[in-house]
Amino acid sequence: MLLGPESVSVLNPTGAAILDLCDGQRTVAEIVGELREEYDHVVGDEVRNFLARLVAKRCVELGDD
Amino acid sequence: MTRPFGLLAELTYACPLHCAYCSNPLNLADYRDELTTTQWQRVLTEARDLGVLQLHLSGGEPLQRRDVVEIVSSANELGLYTNLITSALGLSSRRAEQLKAAGLDHVQISIQADEQAESDRIAGTPSFERKITAARLVRELDWPLTLNVVLTRQNINRIDGILRMAEQLHADRLELANTQYYGWALRNRAALLPSRSQLERAEVAVRAARERLAGQLEIIYVIPDYYSQYPKPCMDGWGQRQLTVAPNGDVLPCPAAQALPLPRASVHEDSLARIWEDSALFQRFRGTAWMPDPCRSCERRELDFGGCRCQAFQLTGDAARTDPVCHLSPDHGIVTEAVRAANEPAHSGEAVLVPRPHPRRSA
Repeated sequence: MLLGPESVSVLNPTGAAILDLCDGQRTVAEIVGELREEYDHVVGDEVRNFLARLVAKRCVELGDD
Repeated sequence: MTRPFGLLAELTYACPLHCAYCSNPLNLADYRDELTTTQWQRVLTEARDLGVLQLHLSGGEPLQRRDVVEIVSSANELGLYTNLITSALGLSSRRAEQLKAAGLDHVQISIQADEQAESDRIAGTPSFERKITAARLVRELDWPLTLNVVLTRQNINRIDGILRMAEQLHADRLELANTQYYGWALRNRAALLPSRSQLERAEVAVRAARERLAGQLEIIYVIPDYYSQYPKPCMDGWGQRQLTVAPNGDVLPCPAAQALPLPRASVHEDSLARIWEDSALFQRFRGTAWMPDPCRSCERRELDFGGCRCQAFQLTGDAARTDPVCHLSPDHGIVTEAVRAANEPAHSGEAVLVPRPHPRRSA
């Protein structure tokens, strides 16, 4: 479950697994790497698209480096 | 039965602003007898037990309640996401720090325009400078910031300036909400409803800004339903996702529903769960069984739920009719007539606006 100011998003297990790894330290590439250790068929572009949508909604921020 | 995600807690209808587009009820004086702190705390606990995750603290001006910090603190202890919807009048740095410490998650500040004279004129009181100061304070305290600008005929031409203002204040979200015509806004509709060309210009500006500010500012643009072909899916359906508690303890499917001739439900008389599940008020328009034609046989009936019950009532006198905004509604002529008047070349836009008053509380 992801709560925003005017929204409630019910995440599927995949989305929740991605967000769990967003800790302000890991890079997107590292997140994809860790997901690959855990799950089969992890598509990097799909993870990047999911995060890009959340960036547009200001739910996550991409760090500077 | 579905569970509500959100509770809109209208703590008070007292407000230092006098916006002519206010959606509060016209009979403000009937709401002076407000719930106490303890009663609100009970409501929040019942809401959490019912499944509510998000609490929107609104009004009127919620900061007019001296106990707003206490209410936020209780909500936070219950694990609710808390959203303060404020004019920012009363958001001093001391109050803001107390709210931060109490666990408030998000602040939404209303601003009426991008410059002082116009914003103060629409708000009916000097307020612009304090709003800007408060918006900066929200960012300094590291809260996410949403700016909300209600768009009307009076300010929609300033949309480029409004977008720049949101960017300069480092807001995370900008809600550009065309007026919905309830309460004081309905009374003032002839002066507030923008023309089609104004709306077209605004939409071009929003599209360009979304592209330019992607990833930096989320822009929410609420379309004016009078100009759309189909009605809005009001509240995602009657009694489906949200509920409202008014200052006097009335429980409603949406804040405008107080105007409907339906049985009342109140936290003074029943628990939120019983009201949500069993009350005649919440059952009245749930699902699709209540629908008349053309909704009943419409393939969009599960998409827009027949539109807004309150708008149907306010425009036709019957809450069970199709929302007249829908081009398929037999009452659609009411809406096209209002739109036609807003697009008359002779429309001066200078019609007299009735400001909403500041009700005094009894407590």
